[in-house]
Amino acid sequence: MGMCEGKTFKFSNATITSFAAVVGKVEGEGPYGSEFDEVIEDNKGGTDTWEQAEAGLQKKSLQYAMDKAELNPEKMDLVFAGDLLNQCTGSSYGLKDYYIPFLGLYGACSTFAESLLMAASMVNAGYVENCAAVTSSHFSSAERQFRFPLNYGGVRTPTAQWTATASGAAIVDASQKAPFIRAATVGKIQDMGITDLNNMGAAMAGAAYDTITRHMKHMGTHPENYDLIITGDLGQVGSDMMYELFKRDGVSVEGKHKDCGLMIYDRDRQDVHAGGSGCGCSASMMCGYFLKKVRRGELKRILYTATGALMSPTMVQQGGSIPGIAHAVEITSE
Amino acid sequence: MNISNQEYGELAKKLSPPSAMYKTIPLAFVIGGGICTLGELLLNVYQMLGLDMEKSGMLTSMTLIFLSALFTGLKLYDRIAQHAGAGTLVPITGFANSVVSPALDFKSEGFVLGLGAKMFVIAGPVIVYGISASIIYGVIYYCMTTFGG
Amino acid sequence: MQDMILEYVWAFLVGGALCAVGQVLIDLTKLTPARILTSYVVAGVILGAVGLYEPLVNFAGGGATVPLTGFGYLLSKGVREAVDQNGLIGAFMGGFTNAAVGISAAIFFGLIAALIFKSGSKINET
Repeated sequence: MGMCEGKTFKFSNATITSFAAVVGKVEGEGPYGSEFDEVIEDNKGGTDTWEQAEAGLQKKSLQYAMDKAELNPEKMDLVFAGDLLNQCTGSSYGLKDYYIPFLGLYGACSTFAESLLMAASMVNAGYVENCAAVTSSHFSSAERQFRFPLNYGGVRTPTAQWTATASGAAIVDASQKAPFIRAATVGKIQDMGITDLNNMGAAMAGAAYDTITRHMKHMGTHPENYDLIITGDLGQVGSDMMYELFKRDGVSVEGKHKDCGLMIYDRDRQDVHAGGSGCGCSASMMCGYFLKKVRRGELKRILYTATGALMSPTMVQQGGSIPGIAHAVEITSE
Repeated sequence: MNISNQEYGELAKKLSPPSAMYKTIPLAFVIGGGICTLGELLLNVYQMLGLDMEKSGMLTSMTLIFLSALFTGLKLYDRIAQHAGAGTLVPITGFANSVVSPALDFKSEGFVLGLGAKMFVIAGPVIVYGISASIIYGVIYYCMTTFGG
Repeated sequence: MQDMILEYVWAFLVGGALCAVGQVLIDLTKLTPARILTSYVVAGVILGAVGLYEPLVNFAGGGATVPLTGFGYLLSKGVREAVDQNGLIGAFMGGFTNAAVGISAAIFFGLIAALIFKSGSKINET
């Protein structure tokens, strides 16, 4: 496509000082259920509506992250947050009571990587001492906004993904303790011409391939240099598509690749079709599972690439396609 | 990118699993057929109770719609529908589900602008095009009977 | 007795077949559910208008009246009767007259259900 190569930012002074994840009941029953800080038993989280429940998820996950870092809202300098809902409802309503300087982001399911790289940039540049990155998604609020009413008997196709009810929060500072954020590459919008609302994985795979390829080129690395290349929520179809694109360049990523959407549920036992999605999906898997492994040194170098389908229901109804995006964040244990 | 959008689209088609039609079609057949058989049973029961054909038909529709509303409210209709597919979509119960489910869902946005306004968000087109088609047919029928012969 | 059983068998088979056709459309054409509902009703109006649906109703009973094509057939039947009685204005009467019970029931039971129950999918609580 375009000739623009973009830049890969390198950070020397950005570490993830604490992280936490809160998930819903179905996610809690998944293979990594015991890794999360809290599993909400009631998916409405004790509130009246799904939107309030999602806001509650963000509030909780950031609270856990602040507690772990022994911080309170008055000591927080900045928060980047986002979710899937119109007007970033989950973020603005979830974080309003903290009175932390707030910047809302929208990158669909790529938002956690987006907020993490923004937080790393602000800390590394010295503008703030600490900065939080928080995202969430909720199955029910997303269904209501993007698909059908919850009790409607519409059929899900095999390629459809399942929006995770989950939230992840990470606090970035310059404390020089693992995990370190070493580099990040901002994704370009890639419109691959996919129009099927139920095939988001395919809409995003091109973007993942492009961002990972550019990141490795700028860093002078190969898939073998990483312990894992983690994508957000490509699902089965999207992962297969991405392998195919790398294969054309003679690069093999299968052995190094993990997809949070394919991990968060047990697809044989839980009827979730092509896997999980939503910006809480990779956020909770990163903050609940992968970052712990990096902190313990079990993973030394990972490339976290969250993918997002920048889907507008209006544009799709008008016959438009679904552009994808992916942002890469390189995280190391030393 | 190392691929054209056209090639990419073909690749997406190739790698996307098709619906398991050997499973979906028999399930739709059996569950849809079952709902229709229930309709037939109700029709006979109402007729046995002494109602005429037309009223029995109306009461049958009402009963099926009531059951659909109940099952939707109990969160069972969408669950059955995941397996039944068109089997729960095509019968009149599917129409009822498409009216009841947004009513339930949008109650949180209020009784007027939520529940009331959004009730026909899915079923609206059914009525718009069904009624319009019937009007067109009525006009044609009138012309045929009046001028045609 | 045998006739009675046969009646249910035909209702099952015809109703099931109409649903199976809908499933084929979903699986092969990616038509959304709302489009399928709409096309079934319109198809019912057309089949009723050309006189093909009435024999099916006589033959399969609930198998033909319960699917949404039956709703369309009912609309066409209502319009025909209204035009016979009232002339051209009947074209604007008959559809709603015959659809009245179905639509009113859906509205009223929908309202009651919404007052009693809360939304939420069981699938989300596996």
